[in-house]
Amino acid sequence: MSWLLRHLFGRLPIGWLQLTHNRSRFAAALAGVAFANVLVFVQLGIMNSMAAATLRPYEFFQADVMISAGDANALNEGGNVARQWLLQAMADPDVTDGMGLFVANVPWDRVEKDISLTTFGIDPAKPGFLAPAIADDARLLSVQHATILDRLARGLARDEAAAIRPQTPLGFEAQGRRLTAYATFAGGGGFGGDGYMLVSDQTFLSLFPARSSGAPDHILLAVRPGADIEQVIGRLTTLISDQSLRIRSYADAAQEDLRYQQTRRPTGIIFGFGVLIGVLVGLIIVYQVLSTDVADHLREYATFKAMGYGQGFFLGIVLEEALVLGVMGFVPGLIVGTGILTLMGAITTLPLAMTPFMAISVLLGTLVFSALSGAIATRRLAAADPADLF
Amino acid sequence: MEDENIIEVEGLNHCFGSGEAGKQVLFDISLTLRRGSFTVLMGPSGSGKTTVLTLIGCLRGVQDGSVRLLGHELNGAAEARLVALRRRLGFIFQAHNLHESLTALQNVIMGLQVHPGIADTVAQQAAAHALGLVGLADRTHYLPANLSGGQKQRVAVVRALVGNPALVLADEPTAALDKDSAAEVVDLLKRMGRARGMTTLLVTHDSRILDRADRILTLEDGRIVGSEERG
Repeated sequence: MSWLLRHLFGRLPIGWLQLTHNRSRFAAALAGVAFANVLVFVQLGIMNSMAAATLRPYEFFQADVMISAGDANALNEGGNVARQWLLQAMADPDVTDGMGLFVANVPWDRVEKDISLTTFGIDPAKPGFLAPAIADDARLLSVQHATILDRLARGLARDEAAAIRPQTPLGFEAQGRRLTAYATFAGGGGFGGDGYMLVSDQTFLSLFPARSSGAPDHILLAVRPGADIEQVIGRLTTLISDQSLRIRSYADAAQEDLRYQQTRRPTGIIFGFGVLIGVLVGLIIVYQVLSTDVADHLREYATFKAMGYGQGFFLGIVLEEALVLGVMGFVPGLIVGTGILTLMGAITTLPLAMTPFMAISVLLGTLVFSALSGAIATRRLAAADPADLF
Repeated sequence: MEDENIIEVEGLNHCFGSGEAGKQVLFDISLTLRRGSFTVLMGPSGSGKTTVLTLIGCLRGVQDGSVRLLGHELNGAAEARLVALRRRLGFIFQAHNLHESLTALQNVIMGLQVHPGIADTVAQQAAAHALGLVGLADRTHYLPANLSGGQKQRVAVVRALVGNPALVLADEPTAALDKDSAAEVVDLLKRMGRARGMTTLLVTHDSRILDRADRILTLEDGRIVGSEERG
């Protein structure tokens, strides 16, 4: 490190030598920076997992346009949409198919742990609206009270889920009905439920007798390949007289849901503040370390000033220290952060994981806040008056 | 000859504070230092010796009067000019002021590194050589904490001199040393200064040093009250 810094700065690596002179303090400083990194990693991990979990159910389906109620900010929020608008939309020459999508949470009282499954009611005769990995099993849902179960759902034993086949289905009680899972798909726990379940629209209506087949939660539309989706949406907006409905591309609906979760829901805001707090903690720790270090070496700095070293030299020393703290504190922070996220992911089944983007972002952020702390700490250098040495 | 004078001070006055709370500490100081001379500035505590040293050393701004250092007027000089001039000076302090995190060798390198353009390997070799000249060849990689008081001050002298300064300003460099170490440091300072053609201004109370001076200036109550040429 000393050799690297010597060549990087073209001088003695005084910052490195100062930091490593007191090894216990150096270790404590690195632990502080690493702690701040872990805080940011965990908060970012949770934020990312919230984003992944929000977008995950959109990946179960394939559609070009989605029609939702005006207050439907998320897949499982808001009012219903009259089925008549599906029929109306089909009148557009570019709309090739449509399907009503029902959504509700189904509690599953299990011996070990009660879980809640976000359940989608679909038309099994329209597998084209399902992701390829699920579409092949859609026909199984034609059987009354048949389900396709999320094998990654929280509270569902992995070996139990792995055994589910059409030949060896899993029967269970939920919502006062006897349901049978004939197949599984990969979903995963989210913030709104422990996992997912697909049923036919008829099964869905039997689970929720108060719901009407004429009022699904959303309408999914497929348009002719090559058609301009925005133009189709424009025509549908004219065609459908209920102006309170939200007619969006399927991709836009997913992104709007994500923005809603991140900026309007308390969880998103709390996690965002968590990242901010982590950054502030890191800023304060690095500032405190560097500021104390500057104060401890004022006499030496004053000597260097007397010898003719300029302000840039001292700024370089402090920034060198900031760089060392930032990089060396990042490594243990990355290792511990990865471990914590992996452990949390295993426990919660949320998509919690360290990503290269997160690691690089936090490294760059660490270097920036370390440099910022260093720049603030150099203000104390003004107190190093060489005339006081005499 | 005029250009043989490293320092020319004329009518120098200096105050600390201002207004009614201000206190004048130097009164109409005038002196010159010839190139290569070894001058001792003596006087009781509070007589203004250190203030003279810091003014000549570009560490304080000149308020009134003229101080010409190496041909440059310090009164009204910009900070950048003062910093550049300081690079041509060597400072030795009462406390050695070595950097505790740097080895003896690295502390000496700091005296060279302030001059841009000196290659790393050249600086290392020059610093090691200079430490060898003062008998510290086997202590180059020692931290100051592991050196004796005399050894530390020798390292400080080498650090001040290794960059071949035109003027060495030393403030009580022997105050914390025993008799033998003090003599050793002053002899070293005079020997190396003479070998390199440096001018030395040394502030001290230590009468043991007087017999080594070319000239002794005595300061009392902010005024020069004596100037004695020797040898």
